[in-house]
Amino acid sequence: MIEVVGLSKDYGTRRALDGLNFNIHQGEIVGFLGPNGAGKTTTMRILAGYLPPTSGTAIIDSKDLIKDSLAIRRITGYLPETVPLYNDMSIRSYLTYMGNLRHLKKVDQLVDRALTKVDLLDRADGYIGNLSKGMRQRVGFAQAILHDPDVLLLDEPTIGLDPSQIHEIRNLIKEYGKQKTILFSTHILSEVQQLCDRVLIINKGRILVEDSPEQLQMRLSGGRNVVIRVNGSIAPLINAFKKVKGITGATLLGDSAAQVTVQPDFEARPEIARIVIKEGLDLIELRGADLSLEQIFIQLTADEKTSASTASNHLE
Amino acid sequence: MRNIWTISKREITHYLASPVAYLAAFALMLIIGLIFFTNIQVAFLYTSAPSPEFIIAPIAFLLIFLVPAITMGSIADEYKTGTLETIMTAPLRDWELIVGKWLGAVFFFGGLLVFTWIFPLILNQFVDPGIDQGILISGYLGVFLLMSAFVSIGIFTSSLLNNSIASYFLTFAILLLLWMISAPSQAATPSGNEILKYLDFSEHFYPTFLTGVIDLKDIIFYLSATIVMLFLGTASLEARRWK
Repeated sequence: MIEVVGLSKDYGTRRALDGLNFNIHQGEIVGFLGPNGAGKTTTMRILAGYLPPTSGTAIIDSKDLIKDSLAIRRITGYLPETVPLYNDMSIRSYLTYMGNLRHLKKVDQLVDRALTKVDLLDRADGYIGNLSKGMRQRVGFAQAILHDPDVLLLDEPTIGLDPSQIHEIRNLIKEYGKQKTILFSTHILSEVQQLCDRVLIINKGRILVEDSPEQLQMRLSGGRNVVIRVNGSIAPLINAFKKVKGITGATLLGDSAAQVTVQPDFEARPEIARIVIKEGLDLIELRGADLSLEQIFIQLTADEKTSASTASNHLE
Repeated sequence: MRNIWTISKREITHYLASPVAYLAAFALMLIIGLIFFTNIQVAFLYTSAPSPEFIIAPIAFLLIFLVPAITMGSIADEYKTGTLETIMTAPLRDWELIVGKWLGAVFFFGGLLVFTWIFPLILNQFVDPGIDQGILISGYLGVFLLMSAFVSIGIFTSSLLNNSIASYFLTFAILLLLWMISAPSQAATPSGNEILKYLDFSEHFYPTFLTGVIDLKDIIFYLSATIVMLFLGTASLEARRWK
């Protein structure tokens, strides 16, 4: 559905996107992940038809981003990061205005449908200027789905919301993503784990990783972490843990807890339990802990830094 | 066409909800009212017949102050609040946005001009056998064409800048300059004199429209100025995308 080919964007001398390549298939929900300034918003703006790329292009629904900009804008819904709205308009008149700009037939019905989806029908005649941040976000979402677009681009749709509002927006994304293609950017990693079929991690204008959230964890953790908690001091046991077959490392997590890393295909937990019992301590907790996406992310960006510095060393 | 209409309709409702528009209307009516009153007094004193020029000429001059107040935010504010991003990702062309914004402001001022019509109507009651209708019609036509060119300049500077106050002063400066650019023409060479006179907006208004002369050359002058400025506005909006 979306095919991005060698997309680059320069702001003056600063390169914001550096030859981006990725594909998104129809009906996929893809999370676009990266630190601030990685190029997420720039990519979104280019795909939405707001900014032209410096080089490269994207094909959306077999239409070229540059040549068929209007056609693409017709099938795309876009929620910008800042959720810009007209404060002097009512929710209904704003959505009707946007619907008219899209030449929608039966605008009133479509507005009602979108408002029902975001649960704002009873506030429809209220002024946008009086809305809370969460409600503005929902109005923005209603605007983005008003014309039932095939492609939905959401730029940090949950930023600045309280937990229950985040939950609502995520449900909306999930619901809409059942039939349509969604690309949404975020830097909240748990969101990606909950919502996405696939993750794109971007840093400094380039794609670092492209994978499913589960695969990503598997690939990068290099095995599983096991957390052990006892009622007593665990420090004397660390060396014993390290000798267990399959365990590659052990670190203390405070006085009474430790974390060990186990190679894939090894089950070290029974042996760990035996060691603890033999020492005369009670085992309180023994659980497998996956590497969180946060850790993966830090690891990935750190890897990049190291490889970049090695490269520059080679040059010297 | 439909997009232009949608944009201009939203502009008009925006003006009607904004205090700036009411203040501009109030200022225009107040000042024209005062001038009207003074002229009536003078006319009674000297038992001379007042003419509609007394009303039309100040309207034209006041537009230099009022047009920038209305157009200053048309693009600049949308850029500042980010709404330009949603508009520019909707399926409409950049020129449709510019023309829609222009048309909205032209409608607004057109409405205001209709309100000022009340003064010549009153004047008509005082004078026997009535005021010169020819000057009234050609004068208002001139003011309308002038206003539409002024508005297009205002839209252009608004598309150029991100700050509406800056847009006000830039538009005001440009309009004032174009209104009196032929003033130093005495000092210029004969050919320079001609060019400055041609570019002067007031030179296409005072000697012709205000004296009851409707000349095609002047109509074309104002219309082409409008079109050029709308074209520049579109170009500057497109340039924003490339920034």
